[in-house]
Amino acid sequence: MARYLIRRILLAVVTMFAVSVLTFLLFFAVPTSPAYVMCGKQCDAHAIAQTEQRLGLDKPIVTQYGEFMKGIAVGRTYGTGDLAVKCDAPCLGFSFRTNEPVTDIIKRTLPVTVSVVVGALVIQLVIGVGLGMISALRRGTAFDKAAVGVSLVGASMQIYFFGPILLLIFVYSLHWLPNPAYTSPFDDPFKWFTQMILPWVTLGFLNSAIYARLSRAQMLETLSEDFVRTARAKGLPKRKVYARHALRAAITPIVTIAGLDLGGALGGAVITETVFGVNGLGRTSVNAVNDLNLPVVMGTVLLAAFFIICMNIIVDVLYSVIDPRVRLS
Amino acid sequence: MTQTPAGPHDYAEAPAGGLAVGEAPLGEPGEEVVAAGGKAIVGRSPGQLAWIRLKRDRVALVSGIVLVVMFILAIAAPLISKLYGANATDQHSDLLDTSGYPLGYLGGISGSHWLGLEPQLGRDVLMQLIYGMRTSLVIAFVSAIITVAIGIIIGIIAGYAGGVVDSILNWVIDLVLAFPFFIFCLAAIPVVTDAVYGSRGDVSALFRVGLIIGVFACFSWTYPARLVRGQVLSLREREFVEAARAAGAGMGHILFRQLLPNIWAPILVVFSLNVPSFITGEAALSFLNIGVVEPTPDLGRMINNGTSFLQTDPFYTMVSGATILILVLAFNLFGDSVRDALDPKSSR
Repeated sequence: MARYLIRRILLAVVTMFAVSVLTFLLFFAVPTSPAYVMCGKQCDAHAIAQTEQRLGLDKPIVTQYGEFMKGIAVGRTYGTGDLAVKCDAPCLGFSFRTNEPVTDIIKRTLPVTVSVVVGALVIQLVIGVGLGMISALRRGTAFDKAAVGVSLVGASMQIYFFGPILLLIFVYSLHWLPNPAYTSPFDDPFKWFTQMILPWVTLGFLNSAIYARLSRAQMLETLSEDFVRTARAKGLPKRKVYARHALRAAITPIVTIAGLDLGGALGGAVITETVFGVNGLGRTSVNAVNDLNLPVVMGTVLLAAFFIICMNIIVDVLYSVIDPRVRLS
Repeated sequence: MTQTPAGPHDYAEAPAGGLAVGEAPLGEPGEEVVAAGGKAIVGRSPGQLAWIRLKRDRVALVSGIVLVVMFILAIAAPLISKLYGANATDQHSDLLDTSGYPLGYLGGISGSHWLGLEPQLGRDVLMQLIYGMRTSLVIAFVSAIITVAIGIIIGIIAGYAGGVVDSILNWVIDLVLAFPFFIFCLAAIPVVTDAVYGSRGDVSALFRVGLIIGVFACFSWTYPARLVRGQVLSLREREFVEAARAAGAGMGHILFRQLLPNIWAPILVVFSLNVPSFITGEAALSFLNIGVVEPTPDLGRMINNGTSFLQTDPFYTMVSGATILILVLAFNLFGDSVRDALDPKSSR
């Protein structure tokens, strides 16, 4: 187990390194100088050269990469002399637009995105897995058929269509809910809930369609296995067989998928946040992309990759805990 | 019907009392054999069996018809535009009120503009939808074909070569999977556009389309590659491959004439599920203003434009959203039916 973990973490570090090099090359090797992007059309050659020097863009690309990584590890200082700006570790640079440290931007917007993603995850697990399990147990009934139909349509539905529909109904027409925004749950839990419920439902309901299909198929497969029949044959009541034996076997792959989804959730959050105008990390990165605000984009990509890689490891380890047949090697 | 198309053509697998005896390689018409009882037994290839199952499936029929209609609409878009009397880019500003909203009900539906007009710009919505579908379908199909082609090549090489090559390719696959695909798409497209065009302004529509396809292909080949690799791994030690090798067949022959025909079924399924996911991916990019650029009509961008008029002219968003939904739903349903037809043992 320990050996396996060490190997996985080493591999993850190598992968993370590769991701960072590729991202860095993509963003900082582009012909348009970031300094030009940063200061816009009114800058002359001198001002651009000055900015380049301050950002260290005049140095070779390898040195630049080294300094960037050093910044993440121990912090760095931009510029020299009076103009020096200190950037504490983990330093991802400064926004080209507002000069705010990227780390601060992430700190400010990440809770919003986590709020959206975790709320949606709860909904999709409860509704999706619940629906899938029940329709598997009642295979062929009207409930099953309705659930299959809903999940088929839901799986083809898109956030950018479902979101506006919900907005139109619950905010603009019925006025039941306020316009979605983010309020810290520690300040005003009720406001947080009412403002977040639409993003949660949108993201969660659409994902739950996929989970329902998956868990239904998984449960059906498990129910046809020998150990379920054996458990029934030895006289265990149905309820116990389903709850103790079948559920546990059927839920393992779903935990894996939920974990991987959580790692990649930032992608879905981008669209959800844009639809509802919630200022999370996703929307911030879209705005940054449209502004060519490279440090912010770079920080987001690295953070998203970090989440994915971490979740991969966690899921693999978790898998062996839930399912003792899986031996990590 | 125990023969699954995913398996090799094993003569021994044919059921003793079965009606259909798969005895010919894929694609060849079977010959009629008269059984002892006098009832004719028709030999059918796995491909023919799948086709028969697909034809019996009502969902496949309906979704297939929807798809065919949409294809025809998209292909015949210029012709339709001529017959209908409006195109996707003309601005009918005389039919808008002073604040830029279409006159009349439901987004300005009228005899000459069946689905109304776009707020502010006054372009015909029906033609925008039809041309937008064209954009979606071209991007999705080309991306899916390239993705699957790369996946097949890499998967076959990794699976058949094994050893170091396999390990390296596997690591590359892991690496690509670790990239936050959507975020990276989002970041790469404007940056590459900027790198190529700089501040020269006007980005050509073809370049942008090519770039989107390229980014999709770069990040999506991993799944078909993994699938093909797994299939090749399980097939390469089988007797028919050994027999081919013993008969002196070259590697190219074994890879493409012996192995590939046996893994067409899962590849087809992956392809049919890739297309709708690229349609939604492309629409999502355009929704975020990072996809196809104006004036190329695009479904995702229509929704994005529509959200600013959601309170005043919701019809515009609903029509474009519903079109994507129908398109994707039809593809998903048809893909499911194809999978069921090719592999009847799989359950949904």
